[in-house]
Amino acid sequence: MTFWVTQALNGISFGMLLFLLAAGLSLIYGLMRMLNLAHGSYYILGGYVGLATIKVTGSFVLAALAATAVVTLIGVVMERFFLRRFPEQELPQALLTFGFLLIFADLSLWLWGGTPQTLPKPEIFERSIRMGTIVFPSYRLFVIGVGLVIGLGLWWLQEGTRLGAMIRAGVDDAEMARGTGVNVGLLSTAVFALGAFLAALGGIIGGPFVGVYPGADFEILEMALVVVIIGGLGSLKGAFVGGLLVGLLDNFGKALFPELALFTVFAPMAIILAIRPTGLFGVR
Amino acid sequence: MMALQIEQLSHSFGGLLALSDVNLAVAPGERLAIIGPNGAGKTTLFNIVTGIFRPSAGRIRLLGQDVTRLPPHRRAQLGLARTFQITTLFPRLTVLDSVLLAVQGLDPVRFTLHRPREAYGHLRERAESLLAEWGLADRCHAVTGRLSYGEQRQVELILALAGAPKVLLLDEPTAGLSPAETASVAEMIRRFSRDTTILLIEHDMDVALELVDRITVLFQGRVLAEGSKDKIRSDPEVAAIYLGTDDA
Amino acid sequence: MKTRIAIRWAAALAVLIALPAVLSSYQLGLLTKMLIFGIFAMSLDLLLGYAGLPSLGHAAYFGVAAYTVGLLALRVANNFWLDFPAGLAVATGVSALFGLFALRARGSYFLMITLALGQVLWGIAFGWRSLTGGDDGLPSVPRPRLPLPWPLTDGGPFYYFVLAFFVISILALSVIVRSPFGRALVGIRESERRMEVLGYDVWRYKYVAFVLAGLFAGVAGNLFVYFNGFVSPSYLNIVFSAAALLMVILGGAGTLVGPALGAAVIVFLENVISAYMERWVLVLGVIYVLVTLFAPSGLVGLVRQRLGSHPA
Repeated sequence: MTFWVTQALNGISFGMLLFLLAAGLSLIYGLMRMLNLAHGSYYILGGYVGLATIKVTGSFVLAALAATAVVTLIGVVMERFFLRRFPEQELPQALLTFGFLLIFADLSLWLWGGTPQTLPKPEIFERSIRMGTIVFPSYRLFVIGVGLVIGLGLWWLQEGTRLGAMIRAGVDDAEMARGTGVNVGLLSTAVFALGAFLAALGGIIGGPFVGVYPGADFEILEMALVVVIIGGLGSLKGAFVGGLLVGLLDNFGKALFPELALFTVFAPMAIILAIRPTGLFGVR
Repeated sequence: MMALQIEQLSHSFGGLLALSDVNLAVAPGERLAIIGPNGAGKTTLFNIVTGIFRPSAGRIRLLGQDVTRLPPHRRAQLGLARTFQITTLFPRLTVLDSVLLAVQGLDPVRFTLHRPREAYGHLRERAESLLAEWGLADRCHAVTGRLSYGEQRQVELILALAGAPKVLLLDEPTAGLSPAETASVAEMIRRFSRDTTILLIEHDMDVALELVDRITVLFQGRVLAEGSKDKIRSDPEVAAIYLGTDDA
Repeated sequence: MKTRIAIRWAAALAVLIALPAVLSSYQLGLLTKMLIFGIFAMSLDLLLGYAGLPSLGHAAYFGVAAYTVGLLALRVANNFWLDFPAGLAVATGVSALFGLFALRARGSYFLMITLALGQVLWGIAFGWRSLTGGDDGLPSVPRPRLPLPWPLTDGGPFYYFVLAFFVISILALSVIVRSPFGRALVGIRESERRMEVLGYDVWRYKYVAFVLAGLFAGVAGNLFVYFNGFVSPSYLNIVFSAAALLMVILGGAGTLVGPALGAAVIVFLENVISAYMERWVLVLGVIYVLVTLFAPSGLVGLVRQRLGSHPA
């Protein structure tokens, strides 16, 4: 019993982390039909910048602010000065973002070394909550809370605001949106910034339990891609459900069949691809 | 046997009815114009006849054979060809290369991969004779994307003719052309073999009336009127929705 | 014109045949690697440059062939006539399977699916330690013993062995891309819709191109495991797949020779730069960015611009 509850909790909290990354990836794809391979870099950069800030200031909140600010800026620069030159050209976009992925990976290795590191948790979440025989690490609950809050926020943004309406119009038909006066260029930058922000936030809140290390960028990117493929491209609900599913599959897979760890995630993806190529909630 | 027979065809896009209970029969060798205001469903009809869309309901017979469920390339192999309203030529290929692709498309060697195409001289002969016949021989090494708009339309028509189609769908072949270019494209269509059945979507009423034997008017996805040129010209309903606005 | 091209090819071949005489054994090894990666890049060019399908998982077929040959040579028998065809068969089989999934997608989604499918194999190679050795890979894969007067364990004979495959591959691929099938792929790259109504079964062309690309990637993977004596999951993963894309673009997509050249440049740069500094990955990242921004039609494209001729 304890095993199942603990693993489920771990799976759900990892799923929330994946949701943060997949949501950005999916939004960017939805609006620009672009595969941002540097998305995993935003995660590790968020983690490393956060770690550096904590070392200086000792504050988790300041770390979160600094990390998201720096990474969002990086995202904006990438979109404005590089990716914008190649609208709707998937190959140059892929090569560029992959180039950035390598650059950030090697810079991080250079600056912060090759040893895996974890961010210290905020002090109030150091403790665990005990319910009978089961012990919940309170930080995991905090991560789930953050995921839910962000999910609600994104949902509100998409359904309840003018920005969301513009994004939805842009996702449906960029040409048409342009015709009705939406500044698609600015919108693209905004969505890219939002995606980078969410990924950096992922790096901060994932830092204490997943950690930051060379290669985490690739692993996180891969997992987020699987989430997007399972959940469906361009769908917020898909990113959420897919994130939870993959988080749970990954955790139980690693715990129950360590040899086939990655396979427990990939096999369902292949099945989804075979029977429902647009993913669970994707439209196209 | 009809060259093309469309029976009770309906099609909707996400609940929006684009075509509703369309019936149409075209005899071999006949030339039919399909006219109607924007959004009447003309291009949708062509997309369904060529197999790009599957209709929500109804049947399509090509030369007597039910093709409703056949993919586009199978219909092409049965003798159906079309042009597009928006030019979808091969912009980076030369004119000769483009025509060669069209010629090769219905040739048994189209899937051969162990010999270079030059080994099949008959393909090139056919392509060159097509280009000579339609007066583009001197442009054969030009890159298609760099041709004038009028020339691109001519290439478009040659591609459709390459397989000697039995049924040919022309989607606004003169749209966006200058009067001189329109005249030369119209002249080209007039010279097409009388064995080829032609369906023509045309906005320019003068061009349409001059090229065809019979007219079908589509309005809001339905056949509004059908008949000889004179009958359509004198139809008050047609005049009201179409001729009155467009042909004034 | 035709004879001039033939003379140029013969000259290039003569140089490749003569080079071992003047190269050190280290340099010869580098050249061998360039040829192997050249075959790999050309196989991707069939897909990317001709059919217009940007696969981000092409390492899968290279890697799976290398693993197949390596496992058979180590665990079953070091028999060229068994192992080599088996490597090709597995690479072809996997691409035939993956093609069914991948070809439902297009554009960015095609990139994403090919990437994810490639990572599945990487995951298996990484996780299934008892079979694949996991992260440590398969060491000490022996070179084949063939009834030749010179043992392939020597650099020189092995170079000619690889050169023979390189020449066969480039000849086969250049016939394929000039064949009616290959020209149809170019038509599909330019306008799928048009090709459909001209009577082409577009899916079938793309699928055959996908499988053929897997087969030639398998040739490269087979040769590589013999050359390197070692294969690890990194030859299955996204970094290697992306490198193949870079080689193709750097050389010039849709030119066959260009991608082989691109492969040679990348192999060369990796060796030179890694010898002088630790930051090869950083430099490689910058190369991706620079190539995308400044040389989108590749080295062959740049040369053609200079000469003022337009692409075929």
